[in-house]
Amino acid sequence: MEKVIELEDVWVRYGNQTILEAVSLELKEPNGLLGIIGPNGGGKTTFLKVLLGLLKPYKGSVKLFGKPPEKSRDLVGYVPQYKGFDFDFPISVWEVVLTGRMSHTGFLKKYSDEDKKAAEEALKTVEMFDLKDRQIGQLSGGQRQRVFIARALATNPKLLLLDEPNTGLDPHMQDELYRLLDRLKQEMAVIMVTHDLSAVSVYVDRIACLNRTLHYHNSREISVEDLEATYQCPVELIAHGVPHRVLERHKGSS
Amino acid sequence: MFDLLQYTFIQNALIAAILASVACGIIGAYVVVKKIVFISGGIAHASFGGVGLGYYLGINPMFGVLPFSLLSALVMGIVSKKSKIPEDSAIGILWSLGMALGVIFVYLTPGYAPDLMTYLFGNILTVPRLDLYLMLVLDIVIVGAVYLFYKEFLSLCFDEEFTTVQGVPTEKLYLLLLCIIALTIVVLIKVVGIILVIALLTIPATLSRKFTNNLKRMMLISTVFGIAISVTGIGLSYALDVPSGATIILVLSFVYGFVAVGMDILESRHVSKS
Repeated sequence: MEKVIELEDVWVRYGNQTILEAVSLELKEPNGLLGIIGPNGGGKTTFLKVLLGLLKPYKGSVKLFGKPPEKSRDLVGYVPQYKGFDFDFPISVWEVVLTGRMSHTGFLKKYSDEDKKAAEEALKTVEMFDLKDRQIGQLSGGQRQRVFIARALATNPKLLLLDEPNTGLDPHMQDELYRLLDRLKQEMAVIMVTHDLSAVSVYVDRIACLNRTLHYHNSREISVEDLEATYQCPVELIAHGVPHRVLERHKGSS
Repeated sequence: MFDLLQYTFIQNALIAAILASVACGIIGAYVVVKKIVFISGGIAHASFGGVGLGYYLGINPMFGVLPFSLLSALVMGIVSKKSKIPEDSAIGILWSLGMALGVIFVYLTPGYAPDLMTYLFGNILTVPRLDLYLMLVLDIVIVGAVYLFYKEFLSLCFDEEFTTVQGVPTEKLYLLLLCIIALTIVVLIKVVGIILVIALLTIPATLSRKFTNNLKRMMLISTVFGIAISVTGIGLSYALDVPSGATIILVLSFVYGFVAVGMDILESRHVSKS
């Protein structure tokens, strides 16, 4: 069984600035949700770009399913941060989702029936098939987010990467999103990066902290020390109705 | 009015208007939705260097423009993506560099450069047969490339990063798009000239966007708009004896203003009613 992710001592620099420093991560389990939290500017998006092969680290090795990122594109689904998008673009939900099939279709070919079936299934998974003919500007923020997830799912990924998927969603829509991810993580490995600590409390199976360096212990708990090292200030987590503790119990407290 | 159609130069002008409208309808849609109006303007103006080169070498300036505009498209695409200076500054520099080269070439050419103004401001009433054939060939290349790469171009324009993640060589594809824009500019030069080309690339496409949410239909509608408006412009310019290129642009702007304002009023009424 191939490991989903193997990162070994990865360093990324922009000019003189080190964005990622000696990041190593091994993810073996083919399903479950890994939440990566960290402050803005902590390298979360860079980390995803390394996994996607959009950025070459100047040191270290990156492998997804035992292959370099450029060779594993048909196994990876990507949901970018959608705040910079032009939603006036003349494209329908259906056309957006189909673009998630290009790694399978190949150059100069029309989308096949198989592509269309995969797009349809992806839209049904996120419950957006009824709106497939809408122009994307005519959707709510939560619906758009689901369309972008459907585009990633159309690839039939074994690894799904989401960049701050909860940005701009109201609490109700966020909750829907997490329940959707909860279903998806049964069938694939899901990684979500976010700066929202409360987002990761309920649904994640594993958690990591990223601020230039990555703290990861292959568990759903993080230590106060890791968190404080990541945010570089004392962190107090108040979680509402949490069914499990994210933080270990403070020593000495009852 | 129909007597006019007997004249060869009017027939040629109408054929040129149709060929130009097809190219600018299809490619203008990409220019507008990908928001690359400025780089397209840069390619158009820089290709004046090709006009000058054509005069200097004593060949049909159209055959100077063709390679020159392709070259400026490639250079602009590569420089704007790879260099550290901001993209709009890079475009601005190459824009004026191309024009300056053209001025120098024309200056170095002995004698008088006969229809130089035609290349700057267009004159659809003097398009020769040979140029029509060139326009036709370029139209076929443009339509063929868009047919072949339709899904890739759509994804590229909508979300470049995601398209790269799908394993599509987006940098090369973007350069290809710029080269097709360069070819479109060559097709349009005789109609409205280098200076006014950008209006034909943007106005019909922007106008058609108001009538559809689909890129293919946008291309179709803007081609129809282009034909209707440029034919009207040719008629007016003939009747009033004013320059054809500028007249076409004035008609375009007028129609755009009229439709845009009209639709905004309709929409606001619709909103206030509901």
